[in-house]
Amino acid sequence: MTCRLISYCRGIACYAPTCSLSMVLFGTGLILALLFIANTTAGPPVTEVKVGSKAFTESVILGEIVAQLARTQEPNVKHLKGLGGTRVLWSALLKGEIDIYPEYTGTITQEILADRDIRDEQTLKKVLAEKNIQMSRPLRFNNTYAIGMREDVAERHGITKISDLRKHPKLRFGFTNEFMNRGDGWPSLRRPYNLPQTNVRGLDHDLAYRGLESGSIDVIDLYSTDAEIRYYKLRVLDDDLHHFPEYNAVLLYRLDLMEHAPDVLKTILKLEGRIPEKTMIDMNAEVKLDGIPESVVASEFLQKNLSITTEPKEETFLTRLVHNTLQHLFLVAISLAAAIFISIPLGILSHRKEKIGQAILGIVGIIQTIPSLAILVFMIPLLGIGSAPAIVALFLYSLLPIVRNTYTGLQDIPVGIRESAEALGLPSGARLRLVELPMASRSILAGIKTSAVINVGTATLGALIGAGGYGQPILTGIRLDDVGLILEGAIPAAVLALLVQGLFDLLELVVVPKGLRLKSD
Amino acid sequence: MIKLENISKTYASTRALDSINLTILPHKTTVVIGPSGCGKSTLIRLIIGLIKPDKGNVYVKDEMLTPINLFTIRRRMGYVIQDGGLFPHLTAKENVSLMAKYLGWDNDRIGKRIVELCELTKFPVDALDRYPVQISGGQRQRVSLMRALILDPDTLLLDEPLGALDPLIRFELQNDLKEVFHTLGKTVVMVTHDIGEAGYFGDSIVLIRDGHIVQQGTLMDFVRTPTDPFVTSFINAQRSPLESLGE
Repeated sequence: MTCRLISYCRGIACYAPTCSLSMVLFGTGLILALLFIANTTAGPPVTEVKVGSKAFTESVILGEIVAQLARTQEPNVKHLKGLGGTRVLWSALLKGEIDIYPEYTGTITQEILADRDIRDEQTLKKVLAEKNIQMSRPLRFNNTYAIGMREDVAERHGITKISDLRKHPKLRFGFTNEFMNRGDGWPSLRRPYNLPQTNVRGLDHDLAYRGLESGSIDVIDLYSTDAEIRYYKLRVLDDDLHHFPEYNAVLLYRLDLMEHAPDVLKTILKLEGRIPEKTMIDMNAEVKLDGIPESVVASEFLQKNLSITTEPKEETFLTRLVHNTLQHLFLVAISLAAAIFISIPLGILSHRKEKIGQAILGIVGIIQTIPSLAILVFMIPLLGIGSAPAIVALFLYSLLPIVRNTYTGLQDIPVGIRESAEALGLPSGARLRLVELPMASRSILAGIKTSAVINVGTATLGALIGAGGYGQPILTGIRLDDVGLILEGAIPAAVLALLVQGLFDLLELVVVPKGLRLKSD
Repeated sequence: MIKLENISKTYASTRALDSINLTILPHKTTVVIGPSGCGKSTLIRLIIGLIKPDKGNVYVKDEMLTPINLFTIRRRMGYVIQDGGLFPHLTAKENVSLMAKYLGWDNDRIGKRIVELCELTKFPVDALDRYPVQISGGQRQRVSLMRALILDPDTLLLDEPLGALDPLIRFELQNDLKEVFHTLGKTVVMVTHDIGEAGYFGDSIVLIRDGHIVQQGTLMDFVRTPTDPFVTSFINAQRSPLESLGE
């Protein structure tokens, strides 16, 4: 499952520098960001229910169903759609940034609580309760790994169970690379079932479907609720030896939801046992293959299965664009302003004190190499989800170009000019203000320009932790394989980057002194 | 009066100045001369405190140079370097008036002083609003000189002020500089590698080689009573071709 990949950033987050200087840096950014955010959000409303979902279609549909159900009891419900993965949602749930989100039992035991030895549901519930988290009863469907074949090929060979494959050694297998290597993947599947096939190759999941359709392979791995199962008319083989762990869909929610919104919780829990596998596959297919919005699919489900009428809320293109633009600008403006504010002094310090300077340049350089997803995940325990962690991450990424260009700009001032200022009898501060900074202004501005453009691009990642912006349509577009939606985010982001660059080009005319812009004859 | 007492300065592994004792007489022009890398620039930069000696002390009017009195002492000195060291982001006028403005002089006073200085250095008033890149090398040195003189300092320090100019401009500026020194009667320390220039300006010449003072005196002393064969060979090495024609 896509969401399982996210766990990689747990390891990388440890790279975050721990020395005191970086903490000063980090702290300053943090405070700045928090200050701004405190100003923009009003105090917490009396009750608010926040639903989360992961960045793949099934999770978003489930999140939408939960949110619409909740809205029948409580108008103040927020659905934070398509967040960046298991770690992000789990941390957000622990921190109370969200109240409830759909999860899979296998993911909870194998990934979230992998460090605990959990054998049965009883222990699982106990461990969760320690963290003030409760798990609903299963929603019914199980989205695990499965083995699939084309219906007609399976029929011809008379195969319905995985163990039936034993009698057909000539069948060609095409598995995803992940499945080829996973602990519960091909190596361990082959042993208990005693599968004799030798023609097994690793390939991309989407290509596997196409290979299956064209008949170049016969058997593939899939997720048991994939929309493509319906589209390609596949037969999912019965795991008769129960090899694959169960990935039963459940809802994870905070214990305090029971106190602050008992009616909402009661209504949501009506979903327990109500979503069979076939229904889930159909809903996935409607969204992924037929292009129906998740909110509509969710609403239809509730009408048909629970006889509850809800109103799917979908923004129009224009309101979406305005909304995303405002969110994006918010992220960029605050993080960039904070970065300028901090980086220029840091650049000056680096120039004046050589040893400290090497340390500063080293640290901001290292920050740049931390994968953005890792920074975001690292930030959640401190700042939760939403714009705060995104702003801090963007702030951190904007430091290097400005610090380095300030440093270089000052370093490049010819010795004769630097010493002439000194020889005049100007004290250090006045030299900086009257001579050195004006002379370095072009370089500093170039650094800010670079930061701004990187910032506009990186801010699209904000959507991974619910900060919105142009990343929202891009992520959704990638998930739904919808180029139109991707462009809806990518084009405005590119335009914004150009505008920002143009703005700074104009600013150069004001900031950089005329004498430096003249060419000698 | 400026006094250098037992000054030593080492860069990395090369000894720029070694136990130098030197007294610079007030209201006279002292020219420091020597082959390149002999430590003559180091000497002038020590006087204005751009570098600190490893050993020894610099006294300006019996006041020892320390980090505390550095700024006030610098304001009683003017400093001009080879290519002028003008601030490229400021116009000629802004370059000249920078320090006066910083010290809070009013515009009238600054304006009057600049007109005086333009006259003295023969710099055209209408070029005051040009930026350094817009004026010639000779003009830049005049602006640099004005900047050094704005606070009417007691001392002028010039580090190869004519070194980067072509011969005609150099000749013209030599004459003008000499006139300025004569008019103002300031203590002048000038560094050059040109013996002709040293003879032209110097009331006293200090010849330095490998961080040591070889001889101090007038050009005549150098020719008549050299203390070391190096003095003679240094003078002969720079003899003008015209002189040999005359012989």
